[in-house]
Amino acid sequence: MRSPSPIRAAFRQALAEAWAGGAGALLPIGFFAGAAMLVPFTVGSEANQLAAIGTGVLWVALALASLVSMERLFQADLEDGTLELWAQEDCPLFLIATAKILAHWTVSGLPLVLLTPLIGITLQVPADQLLPAMLAYGLGGLAFFFWGGVAGALAASVPRGGLLIALLALPLFVPTAIFGALAAEPGAAGPNILFLAASTLFALAVAPFAASAALRLAVD
Amino acid sequence: MISIFANPHRFMALSRWLAPACLVIGVVLIAWSVWQALWIVPQDDYQGGDIMRAMFIHVPSAWLAMGSYMGLALASFVWFIWRHELADMAAKSIAPIGAGYTAMCLATGAIWGKPTWGTWWLWDDARMMSVLLMFFLFLGYMALRAAMDTRQKAARAGAILAMVGAVNVPLIKFSVDIWASIHQGASVIRMDGPAMPAVYLTPLLIGALGHLIFFGALTMILMRAEVWQRRGDVIMARKLAGG
Repeated sequence: MRSPSPIRAAFRQALAEAWAGGAGALLPIGFFAGAAMLVPFTVGSEANQLAAIGTGVLWVALALASLVSMERLFQADLEDGTLELWAQEDCPLFLIATAKILAHWTVSGLPLVLLTPLIGITLQVPADQLLPAMLAYGLGGLAFFFWGGVAGALAASVPRGGLLIALLALPLFVPTAIFGALAAEPGAAGPNILFLAASTLFALAVAPFAASAALRLAVD
Repeated sequence: MISIFANPHRFMALSRWLAPACLVIGVVLIAWSVWQALWIVPQDDYQGGDIMRAMFIHVPSAWLAMGSYMGLALASFVWFIWRHELADMAAKSIAPIGAGYTAMCLATGAIWGKPTWGTWWLWDDARMMSVLLMFFLFLGYMALRAAMDTRQKAARAGAILAMVGAVNVPLIKFSVDIWASIHQGASVIRMDGPAMPAVYLTPLLIGALGHLIFFGALTMILMRAEVWQRRGDVIMARKLAGG
């Protein structure tokens, strides 16, 4: 019998862990909604004011929520030896790192993106803008997860590396956040969404190799 | 060619006299340009009067901030490919100095911006943002190195992070072109020659040269300290092994 390919195994493991109890997949959602919920209390609840900042608040909440679970992304695999087995596979490590990050995005990034219209309505984002903005959040969130994955891989061997991951990843989030915020603004999509897509593709091209180099370092 | 300088013994012999010499030359040149800036250079009312004298610190520190990040990325790349230990020591030494120049650039920029633009800080200026971004990249680099438990791991992780940060530089340049910047356009390096009168330009360039030499001296001093520290570690390890 053939053993499952490491990529499929990485996906299956991430999905299983997300539903294995401890509310794994629900935590980023809770964090995301909670962070967005704080905003009306802190900046005031007037509809005009909220409508002006609503999409931006969602970007901040999305960036922070995608950092929350990065600490455990590779650390758990390092501790139980999975990472060492992966490093010995024939399959290139950058593909496994990509699979791992994509699986993680499926369980804890995609739900946030699907939730943005709901939270957007409460933040007075105009209704006709919710779906285009969701596309932008989907593209930007993917870039956040890939840069966050690089930071998570670099900090995999660091105990309590959560804050270190935030410090490493946030500067890398900036171009995505800029283009994303421009693309989510009303009537400003056009070229900005293409720039956003380009910066996400850039992350997809660079991040897997950086993450796999960092994982090799964690294994050695 | 570069491997001639990769020999630590040769580096120690060279930097033994070169580092103090650079330190003296750098300090003298910086002192001369500051003296020129504060007492000799005429006031420029168009740039906000006396406050434009901040330029003689602000512009060199901006150049040095960008240059030191390039140096960090280059040293990391050289270490990552050829594993020359001196390149790693250079990267480790450049980081705190570069962070210092970045902080100085931000501070003098804010002090200059308040009277001329009416604000300490503006978020929609791409150049300010990219310098701030660089400051955080330096901080992250130093924090990552400090968090690793062995020197080898610190070097590898740092090199990966520095190279990932460096590939963002074209994106930053692109962002400068996209956003309307309230910064003045380039007035030193232009196709038709510098647009600045020589009375300003000479102290500026001499000051920048001084800062560059001073930067080199600081880097060499920190690298020497790192070499001594590693030698000390080896001696300690030998003593422990010998009982």
